[in-house]
Amino acid sequence: MADTIRAIVAIAAKDLAVEWRTKTALVSSLAFAVLVLSVLFFARDPTAVGAVDVAPGALWVTFTFAAMVGLNRAFLMERENRALDGILLAPIPRTAIFLGKVAANLAFVAVVEIVSVPLFVLFYDVPVWHRLPELILVIAMATFAFVVVGTLLSSMVVRTRFAELMLPLLLLPFLVPPIVGAVQVTARLLAGRPLSEAGGWLRLLLAFDIAFFVISTLLFDATLDE
Amino acid sequence: MTPRDRALQYARRGTLLSGLMLLALAGVYVRALMFTPVERFQGPAQKIFYVHAPAAWSALLAFAVTGLLSLLYLWLRDRRLDLAAAASAEVGLAFSVIMLTTGPIWAKPIWGTWWTWDARLTSTLFIFLLFIGYTVLRGAVTDPDMRARYSAVVGIMGLVLVPFIHFTVVLFRTLHPEPILMKPDKPSLPPAMLVTLLTSFGVFTLLYVGFLAQRYAFGVLEELRAEEAASRA
Repeated sequence: MADTIRAIVAIAAKDLAVEWRTKTALVSSLAFAVLVLSVLFFARDPTAVGAVDVAPGALWVTFTFAAMVGLNRAFLMERENRALDGILLAPIPRTAIFLGKVAANLAFVAVVEIVSVPLFVLFYDVPVWHRLPELILVIAMATFAFVVVGTLLSSMVVRTRFAELMLPLLLLPFLVPPIVGAVQVTARLLAGRPLSEAGGWLRLLLAFDIAFFVISTLLFDATLDE
Repeated sequence: MTPRDRALQYARRGTLLSGLMLLALAGVYVRALMFTPVERFQGPAQKIFYVHAPAAWSALLAFAVTGLLSLLYLWLRDRRLDLAAAASAEVGLAFSVIMLTTGPIWAKPIWGTWWTWDARLTSTLFIFLLFIGYTVLRGAVTDPDMRARYSAVVGIMGLVLVPFIHFTVVLFRTLHPEPILMKPDKPSLPPAMLVTLLTSFGVFTLLYVGFLAQRYAFGVLEELRAEEAASRA
């Protein structure tokens, strides 16, 4: 067990170190997030729809799009020089490879989100500071959901033709429950309503997280064996 | 019997069954239009229900079969299971198109709108899109083994996703008529309509089987030809 955790940390640390040296994906995801946030601000009739009304949707579209730009990176870099074969030769469980990739992707998306949220508050002028702990909880639950599914799908997609096109096509249907749930909870938080009003959505998010974490971890092996 | 002969036999039987069922479908429609009473509130628009509901049933049956065959494939690693899963997904897409076109035609006069984001509509739309993704993914992988594994993974995940999408939209709100047949107390349809509907369900189910057999045989023949080409090269 301790060995597995060490392997997970090693894989995640390696991915993040590689990313930190180039910062290509991080910088482009961040710039992309800022772009989406600001473009969506103008995607409404300002005389009829207030910025607060589109804010929850804008936030989640930004998060998912920015994450999708970065998700393929984790396995794309293993494709170069067949680096994945090297990792597969290591005497570690294959689950550890998947969990390491998930951890690195979570860290990557978290950085994008930590930068986006203050910008979001600034651009949309939403009263969110006193609800921050609840907002962080929702963001964490929904982000976990789409990073887990996205990591599994990207591990397959990078080895197909049209990889960049294929990930959104396959991933978006899986984002319906977490994103709809996250938008609903966020909207209630921004409207100053109690979190208990969104109990059903939180339960849905939790169930989705658990179900897809288990199934993705189990299925990852099937995407590899060769 | 060689695999090729067996595939051809499937194709012949599938064609025969599909042909018979298309005739039976014409029969269902004669019965639905001439010998089944007009529904009191919805008028003639309700007649489309005899195609819409069975097509929806066949589509969802097809996708469920794809999910189960995917699961079996990962367990047994038999290539035929993969080909059957892919065949079922494609047939399911065809039935989905029937469902997704007949639905709005009915909804316009009855609900007053072509489309609404109701639980069943939304779930079926996303399942349809998911299996389009499944089919596109198959086209994007060249290695047959890898294609089988990848599509099995997506098929199984789809199976898990469906109830989640359904709950999501139920939490959102719903408008679709409540189930008429599969409900705890007995079916709430007059006998004449019930017979027409059940016949149509039977016809559509067998039509699914017929299409599946043909598409599966086609998949096997495609694969055999690819193998022959590879051995000649």
